[in-house]
Amino acid sequence: MIRVVLPQHLQTLARVGGEVEVQVPGPATQRAVLDALESSYPVLCGTIRDHVTLRRRPFVRFFACAEDVSHDPPDTPLPAPVAEGKEPFLIVGALAGG
Amino acid sequence: MSGVRVLVGTRKGAFILTSDGSRRTWDVSGPHFGGWEIYHLKGSPADPNRLYASQSSSWFGQVVHRSNDGGRTWETVGNKFAYDGVPGTHQWYDGTPHPWEFKRVWHLEPALTDPDVVYAGVEDAAIFRSTDAGANWEELPGLRGHGSGPRWQPGAGGLCLHTILLDPTRPERMFIAISAAGAFRSDDAGKTWTAINQGLRSQYIPDPTAEVGHCVHRIAMHRARPDVLFMQKHWDVMRSDNAGDLWHEVSGNLPTDFGFVVDVHAHEPETIYVVPIKSDSEHYPPDGKLRVYRSRTGGNEWEALTDGLPQQDCYVNVLRDGMAVDALDPCGVYFGTTGGQVYASANAGDSWVPIVRDLPAVLSVEVQTL
Repeated sequence: MIRVVLPQHLQTLARVGGEVEVQVPGPATQRAVLDALESSYPVLCGTIRDHVTLRRRPFVRFFACAEDVSHDPPDTPLPAPVAEGKEPFLIVGALAGG
Repeated sequence: MSGVRVLVGTRKGAFILTSDGSRRTWDVSGPHFGGWEIYHLKGSPADPNRLYASQSSSWFGQVVHRSNDGGRTWETVGNKFAYDGVPGTHQWYDGTPHPWEFKRVWHLEPALTDPDVVYAGVEDAAIFRSTDAGANWEELPGLRGHGSGPRWQPGAGGLCLHTILLDPTRPERMFIAISAAGAFRSDDAGKTWTAINQGLRSQYIPDPTAEVGHCVHRIAMHRARPDVLFMQKHWDVMRSDNAGDLWHEVSGNLPTDFGFVVDVHAHEPETIYVVPIKSDSEHYPPDGKLRVYRSRTGGNEWEALTDGLPQQDCYVNVLRDGMAVDALDPCGVYFGTTGGQVYASANAGDSWVPIVRDLPAVLSVEVQTL
C-alpha cells in the first residue's frame, strides 16, 4: 500500500481528504503510483500528467522522503520507506504566484 | 418567464447570480470551484438546468464540470482534448513554426436542441464536440485542416478559439472566431470551414487584408437574423449582412473602436452594445469612464450609456466573453469587469446597477432567462 498526499485542489476534485492509499502491483515507481491513483480516481487523469504523453505537468512536483524526485525517470523505484508505506509520496503544486 | 440566472466565470472561481423577473434583488452563490480559473460556463438552451463549466489552472490543467440542477451540484466530466491525427504547427509569436499544444477550454457552447451535445473552443485553437454530455470529446479537425492553420498566430492571450455561434435557422451552420486567425464559417456541421474575413483590415499584420491573421475579439448575432453578424475586432467594430462573406466597418462615432465585447439586444436586431477600451496597450476605458455604447441603427451611430457606471478613475477592462443579454422585456444587459464588478441593466442599457462589486477578475458572463 502506497500512501499519497494530494494538493488541496486535487483533494477537492477527487473528493478525498488528506492522504489516499493505492495498491501498486510490482515495483513502486512514479509511473506505477500514478497509474494506480488515476485508476482509483479517474477525475485526476490529465491533472498531474498529460493524458497522451504522460509527462508530468510543469507546475507539479513529486517529493519522497524529503527529496524532490520530480525529474527522476518515471520507472525509477521510489525510496523504500515510500514503497513500504512508512512515508507518503507527495504530489505538490509548485510554489508559484497565483 | 420567471427569473434570470447569471453565470459568472472569474480568475478564482464561478459565481451564480439569480433574480426574479424584476431583476431588482439578487442572490449570489459561490465561489464554485474556488481557486480555479473559470474561463466560461454556460447553460443549455434545451434544458436550463444543464450547465457546463470550464476550469483550468496553470498547475493542474483543464477540468470540465457538468450540472444537472442549475448549478447546485456539479460532476466532473471528460477533460481529454486530444487533437485529431498529427497536430502539426502554427506560427509562434516570432513567426517560427510551433507545435499545436492543448492549453485550455475558452468557451463551451451547448447545442440548441440537445443538452447532451456541447462544443468546446480551445487554445491552441481548435473546436471539439461532445455528444455524451461532456464525457468524451472529439475534435472537428476540418477547422485546423482548413489549410491556413500553419499561418495562424497567437494573440496576446494565446491562440484561442473563443467564440462559437450556432445558427438557429440552419442546423448545419456555425461560426467561430480565433485570436489571431479570424472568423470562420461551416455550412456542414463543422466538417469543412471557410475563412470569412473579407473586408477586415488589420494594420498589425504584414498584409492588412490577408485571408487570415486578424485578431477577432468577439462576434455576435441576433437569433432571428443569423445572417447579420457583428464583430469587435482588435481595432474596429464590424458588421456583415451576408453571414460573414463581406464585412464593413460600423465604428462610427465611438470614442475608440478597440474593445473586446459586442452583443445584440434580445428583441431589437439592430440594437447592439460595445464597451470601448482605450487601446491595445492600455486595456482600460478612455478618460477613466466606464461607458457602454449602444447603437440602435446596427452601428455607426452610437450613444454613451453612463447612468450608474463609474465616470471617473475607472481603469477596469471588460473581456471578450464578459457581456450577455437576457430575453425579458425590457431586455436586460449584463457585463463583468476585471475589477470584479458585474453590472446589470434591466432597461436595455438606460441605467446600470452593480449586482456584485468585489469578485475576482471576471472572465465571462452568460445569462439564462428562466
